Amino acid sequence: MEYRLTIPLKKEDINKLNAGDIVYLTGTVFTARDEAHARILEMAEENKELPFDLEGSVIYHCGPLMRENKGKWEVVAAGPTTSARMSKMTPNLLEIHEVRAFVGKGGMDDVAHALKNKAVYLAFTGGCAALAAISIEKVIAVHWLDLGMPEAVWELGVKDFGPLVVGIDSHNSDLFLEVSKKAKEAYSKLE
Amino acid sequence: MPNPIDHDTVVSAVVDILEEAQTRLPQDVINSIKKAASEETFSVAKEQLEAILKNIEIAGNRKVPICQDTGILIFFVELGRKALLDFSLEDAILKGVKIATRNIPLRPNAVDPLSRRNSGDNTGCGIPDIKYELTEGSSIKITVAPKGAGSENMSAIKMLNPTEKDRIRNFVLETVLNAGGKPCPPIIVGVGIGGSFDKAARLAKSALLEKTDDMNKEELSLLEDINSLGIGPMGLGGKTTALAVHIKTAYCHTASLPVAVNIQCWANRHASITLGGDE
Repeated sequence: MEYRLTIPLKKEDINKLNAGDIVYLTGTVFTARDEAHARILEMAEENKELPFDLEGSVIYHCGPLMRENKGKWEVVAAGPTTSARMSKMTPNLLEIHEVRAFVGKGGMDDVAHALKNKAVYLAFTGGCAALAAISIEKVIAVHWLDLGMPEAVWELGVKDFGPLVVGIDSHNSDLFLEVSKKAKEAYSKLE
Repeated sequence: MPNPIDHDTVVSAVVDILEEAQTRLPQDVINSIKKAASEETFSVAKEQLEAILKNIEIAGNRKVPICQDTGILIFFVELGRKALLDFSLEDAILKGVKIATRNIPLRPNAVDPLSRRNSGDNTGCGIPDIKYELTEGSSIKITVAPKGAGSENMSAIKMLNPTEKDRIRNFVLETVLNAGGKPCPPIIVGVGIGGSFDKAARLAKSALLEKTDDMNKEELSLLEDINSLGIGPMGLGGKTTALAVHIKTAYCHTASLPVAVNIQCWANRHASITLGGDE
């Protein structure tokens, strides 16, 4: 099935998705990688409020390549980064913030349970940074630029961002895990 | 008489090859991706490869980097022993990197390993990594290979026992299996066998510069085994997990058998230029 969804996402938007479906997103996404995840969790521990609202949000595992032109930021290239680096921090993040979707590449380890009935993981083709940049219509804001360009949180307005493959749905089904299990079986036969 | 090479020529040559490497893939790599796209029958795998081909086209037309991870920059310099250089080659390369970072632009990726402070210009202690090799003649050949972290992080090295030659194949396959979809497959696998702990890794890295479609029987057999795993483009399943395998060897200690596996994403970016030469 193919879906076109508008952000902020509701629980019912994501619960209708199944692993393998195709999704296109329109609305605002927040980029966040290792350092931004760590800071979001740190701020929650210190009871500090975030400078952006993650309710119904989409987190894009991406460290974009940006250019500042006459005081305004523009996107040059913005493909997904390896999502697995954020695997360990994601269950904690989901306990604090109602993020509805993560966009990245390569899959995530042991997060299907934490995503259950809460969020989905959507895969964009890794390395396709020029292709992704075309769907980004505007740079709304940047937060935490002190972390450096790749690690800062960029608030990006996207239109028909995709095709994104539902890699992990909110019903505990994980495409990457299935492929990995089959690959291990194939390897054991080679030995 | 050898043609003199000046500082400014090197600086602009470095900017040029960086722009070429970042915005256009070598034709042999594109051909291998096209071939894989035509051979995939699984729709998800085919779509991933088609997205990659579309991305390559957009990046080329708009002259923007293929991937936002413009990598850390690795230079291979073949220095002719008769070449005349009356300036610091390293300073010229660094200057080229800084200009390219600003003008192409490239993402500033170089950080201090512990404080994680970003230098902002892709230079820093030990970065860019410049490998020199002395050659005959009076020219210098500079190759740049930007290396993204997604694939580099999935690379591995193992010090095998000398009697474990049969484990080399397993180690390569296990490294690819463990990497799954993380290094942006379809990948190119560089294997370094022998040398020492660091030499094996250098062999594996330089193997990534080989032409994608130029493989010997041993490399093709390993490629076939890798592709039988079914990891597929982006780890979503399919026939194409790797586009190529390249193996390089060096003599090693009688008590050692180092094996390094350097994984490269589909964006196997590199470009070269030759300067100087005889008049």
